[in-house]
Parts: sequence; structure tokens; C-alpha cells
Amino acid sequence: MSQELSAEEHTGHPTAGQYFRIAVILCVITAVEVGVFYVEFLGHWMIPILFILSASKFTLVAMYYMHLKFDHKLFTYLFVAGFILAALIISFLLLLFGVYS
Amino acid sequence: MAQEHAAPIHGEDEGTTTGLNHRKMLMWAFLGSDCMFFGSLIATYLVYQGKSLEGPLPIDVFDIPVTSISTFVLLMSSMSMVLAYSALTKNNMKGFRIWMISTAIMGSTFIGFQVYEFSSFATHHVEIDCVNPGELTKYEQHIFDDGCSSGEAHAESHEGLKPQTNLFGTTFYTLTGFHGAHVTLGVVWLLSLLLLSFKKGVITPEKNLDVDLAALYWHFVDVVWIVIFTVVYLFGVFPGF
Repeated sequence: MSQELSAEEHTGHPTAGQYFRIAVILCVITAVEVGVFYVEFLGHWMIPILFILSASKFTLVAMYYMHLKFDHKLFTYLFVAGFILAALIISFLLLLFGVYS
Repeated sequence: MAQEHAAPIHGEDEGTTTGLNHRKMLMWAFLGSDCMFFGSLIATYLVYQGKSLEGPLPIDVFDIPVTSISTFVLLMSSMSMVLAYSALTKNNMKGFRIWMISTAIMGSTFIGFQVYEFSSFATHHVEIDCVNPGELTKYEQHIFDDGCSSGEAHAESHEGLKPQTNLFGTTFYTLTGFHGAHVTLGVVWLLSLLLLSFKKGVITPEKNLDVDLAALYWHFVDVVWIVIFTVVYLFGVFPGF
């Protein structure tokens, strides 16, 4: 019985169908992003909405396509450390140059 | 017993100090450092946003529907890549090659979109009717003021957006150009793996680490574009950002 298990079931990785469903979700989020962009009455609310939608796509790809959800946590720490440093670089440079003050 | 038949996961039990595969760990460390590289480029773009002394500006050149299509293509290439890896681990070499080719084709299509975009920006042409100018952007207003003051019927500019045109051009081309270079390198990598898969015993369900690493790189290129699309393109055209 155990020999009939697929590689996905052994590794805990998603199946091809699940990968396809994630791709559909990513496309829908992108379509919503573009749609939100053309909705004028949202005004400045557009920025946090787009930010959240973009972060959702980023997370989905990193967790499922890059397998961070299933791999060893140390890989996640390595990547997230770089990502946090990048976010800090952006934030501090924007503060330093007084971009949005 | 079942474990012997399953494709190995290159993440654990590798006989190293950490128990993790060193090449995979190195790839993740590289991707983390590349986050900082792109973070610096994005920060530079944002710092200089709105500080260009003359146009064209993002609102003058960006074509959101076209960029949305190229974004869609890159997202689909990520799905294709993960399906290639999945097919390999299931010993489906034909499926692996088909998905690898489709990933490379979609990556090349994305590059094609970028070449089209860059060339259309560089040859950006504005023509304004001096009698009925309609709603004008800041850049168009500047052309209108310069060209229509002497009683001309039309005012036009063929300047286009080049890296040396203004701060927007410099930071935009540097950021998206480096991303495009990453995608190009990724396409070469994928095609190399595809060719190697025809050599017996080089890429097999058991020896899938090379494909796993290429897939990680490819997905990273995708997530970077997710950020660029939102921050540079969508926020770039928004007047309040």
C-alpha cells in the first residue's frame, strides 16, 4: 500500500491539481489588483489593498511553489531574514530621504 | 521500503552538520541576499520617485494592461516550473521535458514583453492638439506650453524615455533591467537542464536537486516581479503615492 503512494504524499508536497488551483488563485488576485487599480473612488485606500493583495501572492508562491511550508524551517529563516533586511533597507532609505514626510 | 521508491527530498538527512543539503542551503542564502539586492534597487526607485525634473513620467509611458499580461505569463511559468519538478519526482520524464520547455517559452515571452516595453518607452512619442488639448499630464502640459505658444496647430515631442533622460528612467531601467537579466539567466538555466535531461543518468527522479534549485531561482524571480508590478507599475501611476 505504502509503495503506491505518490511522491507528493511521501513528501507532503501538493499535488499537480493543488498547484493548478494555486495558479488560478494567483491569477484571480492579479486580476483583482488590476481591477482595483481602475476603481477611482478607492482613493488612497488603493495602496493598502494592493499591498495586501501583492503580499498574498508573494506568500502563496513562497509557501507552496517554493515549498517553504513543507521544507525545513532553517530555509524559511534564511529567506525571511533576507526579506526582512530588504524591507528594513527600503524603510530606512525612505525615512533617511524623507520621501513621505 | 516505501521511502526507497520515493524521490529524495533535498532538505534533510544529508549527512551534513545541520542535516540539510548544503547546496540547497546555499541557494536559500543566495535568494535571501538577492532580496536585499532588489530591496536596494526598489528603495532607490522609490527615493527618486517624483523627483525627475522633466518627463516622460510613469503616467506618460506605463501601459498597465500590457504589463498585466506579462505578469500573468510569468505567474503561469511558475506553475509550469513546479509541475516540471513534480513530473520529475514521479519519474515522468516526458512530462518533465514538456513543462520545462513551456516554462522556458513563457520566460522568453516575458522577456519579449520587456523588450517591447523598453523599446516603446524609448521611442515614446507625444502629439498634442493645441486647439483642443484635452486633459494633459504634467509632461504633456510642458510640451503644450513649449510648442503651442507660437500659434502652432500641434505640439509634439519624440524624446522618449531612456536611462539618461531623467531619474525615473535611470532607476526604472536599472531595476527592471536587472530583473530581466535574472529571467534571462533563468531561461538559460532551464534550457541547460532540459538538454542535460537527455543525457542518461544526469537528471533522474533520484537526482533532482539541480532541478529543485533551478525551480527555487525561477520562483524567486516570480516573487520579485510580484513586488515590482505593484510598487513600480501600479503605485507608480497612482497620483497620491
